[in-house]
Amino acid sequence: MKRITRKSYALPYAVFLALFVVIPLFLILLYALTAPDGHWTLQNFAKFFSQTQAVNTFVYSLGIAMITTMVCILIGYPIAYILSNPRYNRSQTLVMLFILPMWINFLLRTLATVALFDFLRIPLGEFSLVFGMVYNFLPFMILPIYNILQKMDKNLIEAAQDLGANPRQVFLKTTLPLSLPGVASGIMMVFMPTISTFAIAELLTVNNIKLFGTVIQESINNNLWNYGSALSLIMLLLIGATTMLTSREGSSREGGGLW
Amino acid sequence: MLYAPLIIIVLFSFTESKVIGNWTGFSVQLYGNLFSGATSVKLIRALVNTLLIALISGMLSTLLGSVAAVGIFNLRNRTRKIIQSVSRIPILNADIITGVSLLLLFVSLGISRGFVTVVLAHVTFCTPYVVLSVMPRLHRMDPNLYEAALDLGATPSMALRKVILPEILPGIISGFILSVTLSIDDFVVTIFNIGNEGLETLSTYIYNDARKGGLTPELRALSTIIFIMVLTLLIIINRRAQKKQPARNLK
Repeated sequence: MKRITRKSYALPYAVFLALFVVIPLFLILLYALTAPDGHWTLQNFAKFFSQTQAVNTFVYSLGIAMITTMVCILIGYPIAYILSNPRYNRSQTLVMLFILPMWINFLLRTLATVALFDFLRIPLGEFSLVFGMVYNFLPFMILPIYNILQKMDKNLIEAAQDLGANPRQVFLKTTLPLSLPGVASGIMMVFMPTISTFAIAELLTVNNIKLFGTVIQESINNNLWNYGSALSLIMLLLIGATTMLTSREGSSREGGGLW
Repeated sequence: MLYAPLIIIVLFSFTESKVIGNWTGFSVQLYGNLFSGATSVKLIRALVNTLLIALISGMLSTLLGSVAAVGIFNLRNRTRKIIQSVSRIPILNADIITGVSLLLLFVSLGISRGFVTVVLAHVTFCTPYVVLSVMPRLHRMDPNLYEAALDLGATPSMALRKVILPEILPGIISGFILSVTLSIDDFVVTIFNIGNEGLETLSTYIYNDARKGGLTPELRALSTIIFIMVLTLLIIINRRAQKKQPARNLK
């Protein structure tokens, strides 16, 4: 009899991953490429591309996600930069302050934002949508950038200064390039959820603005599994593309990860 | 700015009005309602479901993930890379895709959706995080320790329990905490796999409630309580972490 080695401890997890990760993804592919009666077809994709409304929603969601990601970078980078500077942030307390809201259920946070807009008598719409998304996902941009800035070798900055670089040059030529992997994983952490979210959009715009995630959820809810799978597959491809783009940028991403 | 919405919720948990923004005098009625009355039964049941699902899936993922980490650590390079990249899929993937794909799995297997499917779904997206938090501990461990234990006559399982387990325990614990947090916070994966037999977690309850228009006022009180509990917990953890490892902050 073969002796059990510690290697075999990976076996249950391998089986689990196959069953709950790999097979379900193949099921999406299978459902997307078949009709409800089971024969192979491309009609699910044809349906998507023939409906201008569906395509428009897709493009619109992409736009909203990009704007949200940009705003998160523009706000998050300076915050992360300040937080990583020991002069302003002696203890971890300030960082904790930014992580803390993440521990509240995001639906509650979103509803609180709705309440805030109601309170200030600002009508719900595109602006509230982007605001709510930024509010929800900003910490996911700050943390990776903060992590990488903190782990950065401070000697490099001093070296740049010694070599006669002015503060702007130091930032542009040293700090910024070194922190790009953090930005890349921040983009991943923000862009993915914003492109696929549905609840936030529903609540923040009283379901006036539909995002791609909402369309997926509605078709699944109405038992249109084949169409829903086709839409999911389109999103999956988008996610794959984003992952490839950002992970090429951050090939040493380990330092920039959130956890 | 980040806190303005939260402050508004806390503030308006002390008034009875149906909608936020309409102050109708100070009252702790909402807090009272949490513990008696019709809303309370539903809310408490949703809360219990949430915690139960979080604890069960947290324990399952921790067990599965910790054992897996030890196994993966000892695998040869190629197999290890394959498992690790598959393991990364649920982390990188959008929630909605995870939710839909698991829904399709359960539907094709003919499993009716309910408590069990939600737990399985949560284990799916939590376990990779456990593996991720245990792995660094194994890498940091002195490999000779295990060999030494074997040389000193320990059986492999004894060495595992007495040498490896204590070394990776902090990773296991943080993996568990992470899993429970992720599970409590999850909404998207849950809503696809919860079915329609009346099972509700806190997030699906809030979602359905908000969709019907208007939020149950009692939720403001409940979220205030949760918020304060989380706050205290984090402060305690932070204090202890700073006391324990002052060296880390000196850098």
